[in-house]
Amino acid sequence: MVETYQRRSALAHLGLVARAASSSTAGAGVIMSEVPHRTIVNVRGTASDVAFSSAVQTATGLALPSAANTVSNGGVWQIVWLGPNEWWITGPDGEAESLIEALRANFAGQHAIACDVSESRAIIALKGAKARDVLMRGVSLDLHPRAFRVGQCAQTGLSRANVLLHLVDDTPTFEIYVLKSFSDYLWQWLEKVAADFNLAVEA
Amino acid sequence: MTQVNRLPHGGRVDSSKPLRFVFDGRPYEGYQGDTLASALLANGVVLVGRSFKYHRPRGILSAGAEEPNALIQLGQGNRSEPNLRATQIELYEGLVAESQNRWPSLTTDVGAVNSLFHRIFPSGFYYKTFMWPKTFWMKYEHFIRRMAGLGKCPTEPDPDRYDKLHAHADALIVGAGPAGLAAALAAGRAGARVILVDEQQEMGGSLLSDRQAVIDGVSAAQWVANALAELRAMPEVTLLPRTVAFGYYDHNLVSLMERVTDHLPPTSPEALNQPRQRLWRVRAKDVILATGAIERPMVYIDNDRPGCMLASAAQTYVNRYGAAPGKRAVIMTNNDTAYQVALDLVDAGVSVAAIVDARENAEGELVATARARGIEVLGNHAITRVGGKLAVREVEVRRLTGDGKSVSSDGRTITCDMVLSSGGWQPTVHLFSQARGKLKWNQDILAFVPDKLLPGQNNHSVGAARGAFALTDCLVDGFAAGTAAAHAAGHTEPAGSTPVAGAEPAHSPMREMWVMPSGKPLGHDGKHFVDYQNDVTAADVALAHREGYRSVEHLKRYTTMGMATDQGKTSNINALALMADLRGVAIPEVGTTTFRPPYTPVTIGAFAGIDKGDFLDPIRKTPLHSWHEQHGAPFETVGQWHRAWYYPKPGETMHDAVNREVKAVRTSVGIVDASTLGKIDIQGPDAAWFLNMVYTNAWSKLEPGRCRYGLMLGEDGMVMDDGVTSRIAENHFHMTTTTGGAARVMAWLEDWLQCEWTDKKVYLTSVTEQWAVIGISGPMSRKLLSEVAPDLPLDDQSFPHLSFRDGVVAGVKCRIFRITFTGEATYELNMAPSYAMHVWRALMQAGEKYGITPYGTEAMHVLRAEKGFIIVGQETDGTTTPQDLGMDWIVSKQKPDFLGKRSLQRSDTKRPDRKHLIGLLTEDPNEVLPEGAQIVAELKDKPPMEMIGHVTSSYYSPNCGRSIAMALVKNGRNRMGETLYMPYDGKVVKAKVTEPKFYDPEGARING
Repeated sequence: MVETYQRRSALAHLGLVARAASSSTAGAGVIMSEVPHRTIVNVRGTASDVAFSSAVQTATGLALPSAANTVSNGGVWQIVWLGPNEWWITGPDGEAESLIEALRANFAGQHAIACDVSESRAIIALKGAKARDVLMRGVSLDLHPRAFRVGQCAQTGLSRANVLLHLVDDTPTFEIYVLKSFSDYLWQWLEKVAADFNLAVEA
Repeated sequence: MTQVNRLPHGGRVDSSKPLRFVFDGRPYEGYQGDTLASALLANGVVLVGRSFKYHRPRGILSAGAEEPNALIQLGQGNRSEPNLRATQIELYEGLVAESQNRWPSLTTDVGAVNSLFHRIFPSGFYYKTFMWPKTFWMKYEHFIRRMAGLGKCPTEPDPDRYDKLHAHADALIVGAGPAGLAAALAAGRAGARVILVDEQQEMGGSLLSDRQAVIDGVSAAQWVANALAELRAMPEVTLLPRTVAFGYYDHNLVSLMERVTDHLPPTSPEALNQPRQRLWRVRAKDVILATGAIERPMVYIDNDRPGCMLASAAQTYVNRYGAAPGKRAVIMTNNDTAYQVALDLVDAGVSVAAIVDARENAEGELVATARARGIEVLGNHAITRVGGKLAVREVEVRRLTGDGKSVSSDGRTITCDMVLSSGGWQPTVHLFSQARGKLKWNQDILAFVPDKLLPGQNNHSVGAARGAFALTDCLVDGFAAGTAAAHAAGHTEPAGSTPVAGAEPAHSPMREMWVMPSGKPLGHDGKHFVDYQNDVTAADVALAHREGYRSVEHLKRYTTMGMATDQGKTSNINALALMADLRGVAIPEVGTTTFRPPYTPVTIGAFAGIDKGDFLDPIRKTPLHSWHEQHGAPFETVGQWHRAWYYPKPGETMHDAVNREVKAVRTSVGIVDASTLGKIDIQGPDAAWFLNMVYTNAWSKLEPGRCRYGLMLGEDGMVMDDGVTSRIAENHFHMTTTTGGAARVMAWLEDWLQCEWTDKKVYLTSVTEQWAVIGISGPMSRKLLSEVAPDLPLDDQSFPHLSFRDGVVAGVKCRIFRITFTGEATYELNMAPSYAMHVWRALMQAGEKYGITPYGTEAMHVLRAEKGFIIVGQETDGTTTPQDLGMDWIVSKQKPDFLGKRSLQRSDTKRPDRKHLIGLLTEDPNEVLPEGAQIVAELKDKPPMEMIGHVTSSYYSPNCGRSIAMALVKNGRNRMGETLYMPYDGKVVKAKVTEPKFYDPEGARING
């Protein structure tokens, strides 16, 4: 196989690693970084079907999140609620093929599917005391800590891009999943907004 | 330079901070805390503008957002802004302002001749005067634009930046007067998330102009300071001064406009480091409308002379700004509130010559106090003349007679330099009405008040905004509403008790009096202005009535009453009351015009925020975008995608580059970035059934590993998309769509699955961006691929046309489709986008010896046109059937059903003479027809001629050595060999009808 250094993340052309090296996060209101590669497997099935939910649990060790717009976190895998019959299973880079294989084996006889979408999304991490101030300029959802809590996710518009927003911790750290084709636009947009909040770039 | 009308004490301005400013070229000085209006008044400047139609000299009428007269051109160069209200402009050091609508100067204005010809400028004069002769409209328009314009638009781009954001609140409180502050305290103390907005620089509303009020045992000013300090300390409370709530939309969405730096010198570092203005979109669980009320001017003759002002405005200038609007006032009123104004003026040392009260028996506590202070009160009187043109000099008053429609014959002249009037108060119901709340008429206060809410909206009008003007009512209302909003949102911490107002004087009843008689018919020897900004008089309302424009909406459009920047804030009620009187009906029967956003004008830049230039719309980029950029490719916009258009070498024109790229594909090998193709993963036991339904051809027998072209129709039988779909496994397909149609097709397919075919087991996943796609096409493509994918058998037996294989290319796992859009042997390599650049470079390197040539969308279009392959959206326009395209071969005759099948049986879709896709070969092989050119069969000397179709695609084809074109032409397939004509650009081009296939019609080249 090709050397991994030949692999380019969605925002590789922005030279973020070099920028991070020359910028300090001390005192930054907002810190932005690219999460370069992550396994994302789209799963569809009937939530109420025990065979389906246990098939997912067997493969990931995780129960499907029961509440809408929440993420269950198991350390290696996370399951992201997207819709009443749709989830993402996210995890370490390079695991999509084996996960799908395991899921398909467990799905035998059911109408349930797994589909690799790892490479379709870029992930931008946005964190810091002013992260909400940046996001509220493009997201119409209520991001108040009481309204959008750690472990919640939402598919929404961020400025003019569709994103999946996940509040990872109460730093707060938001992970923003966006189609790769929009990632350059979204990064530039966030960076422009964040400029008013003392932005630092992290590798 | 001296501030001649600045009061020696009082006011909230800071006399230790003088500010210099320039108005109409003359330098003045004001104080920190002044508005431009208060500073001008302090300097004795009463003439500030000319009116819209008659160019009448005008002064400052109000002290707030309702100002119709004092419209100002503020600032210079590309920061210049027209039509701002002097009453809302905060003074800053170095401010430069100009009056509008005057030439050459305010005092000698040429346009004022309009006033002499007022008989030819009555209401509706646009409609009447400029209708004939029609051909003169252009000349009239030029004249109208020059005469009617107010301020000047800057010609350069706006240099400022703007911010916009979304916010949420348990309670959005609009207005920080007594009611709003009480509401904020109650809600904030209970723990609710509160946003409190006020349009003025300082919060406090009417309390800032009130010298009498006592709340909780302290002065109003002290209570405001205490309340604001407490609110500032609450982390969940956001205070937004200088912020107008200008629009109220569905489900409690309210738009706010915050003036962040407008009060600072525009080029100061503090201003340049921040956005100029900020647009807030607030979704609030409850909206508390504490918007107060706006005073109505009285409609007396020549009530627009500079020095004529709202009574409450004079009170504000004196009490809040320490600026006297004049030295000697006459007050005209029909209610008690003007009496407090008189008392405050006298307290401040401004003399009040008389209170002219329209009420027959003006009595009561305030009247008695005024009399006791030595102010002359003329009950049952009217102002019948205003002397002075550029400023009020005197008034004549007469006794009202009979029912108040006429006056006594003898008058008395009173010397004064200002006329302050109060016709009562109209609650500021704009936001309530924008929220589609219903109003009702309250005869006691002669005003519309909020009545019923529209379901889905949740707001509460409190205090003056609902017509409860007493301070104690404002505090009680506000506190209760704030408490209720907090409780509804689940916040119940103790909020203390309702603030208590000190004793207030009781008010006597008003007199309903909509126009003051002058002893002469309306419109004679003077004008009774109703709408100052649009120069609409009481006589104009009567004219509209006579001419049949009696509905309030007609009245508005006919007279222009209530339009422009002030939206009739001081005029609407007077106008519709006059109309009610003329029609002999009650005021509520006339009704109000519709209240629409914005409450006050909003800068367009604030709506855009940073979303301009490259942020206007996202640019979608492929993983290979930077390579295309580095190799000089211009980009073609396809949907939001930017696709490489062509790759010019040094010195090449676009034509040269495209010809070279097109030739290379036919002779050697070309490489193209096709990543933007839409891709949908289709899985489930009913997947093949599903494809049979959404495509016109049959899919059941397609073997795994094979690909097929499909055409998708709408229910109307018209072509909506096309693409190649491959069978990955028995129940698993990979569909491709057009680049531009991807999202639409995905939504369309989901619609059918989720709404119609709910029993079918199929799941769709968009995988457009999971796969980057690199196409290599041309006779050398197989050789090239064999070198970078040595383990993949590529012979026609192992890997035939219309099949796919998984393999490793340049070390990267790929799914390779053997399909073609050029007619040449083509491999479409699909791989993870993160490896696309590596594979592309590997192919470029390995292909160098074959002269591998990157080609863009333009060459791709020429190549497919040479083969006669259609592009949906170019050869089709939503009225094109497969048969029209000559693609009957792809429409199954056996399948029981598919989307669009029934529509293809309609007599119109079966017509043999519909527009058909044909080829066109021009007589001159170098003539390239313009796409869209109209086609005629019978040429005439000049139009009209019957147009029988249009050119859909047209290119120069280097491989054919001539131009080629496709066209949709009526009965086209039955015209083979005919000559058709395309008249354009003053010439006529002849072309012969052919089959729409120009190169390799037998398809011999697909195997290389």
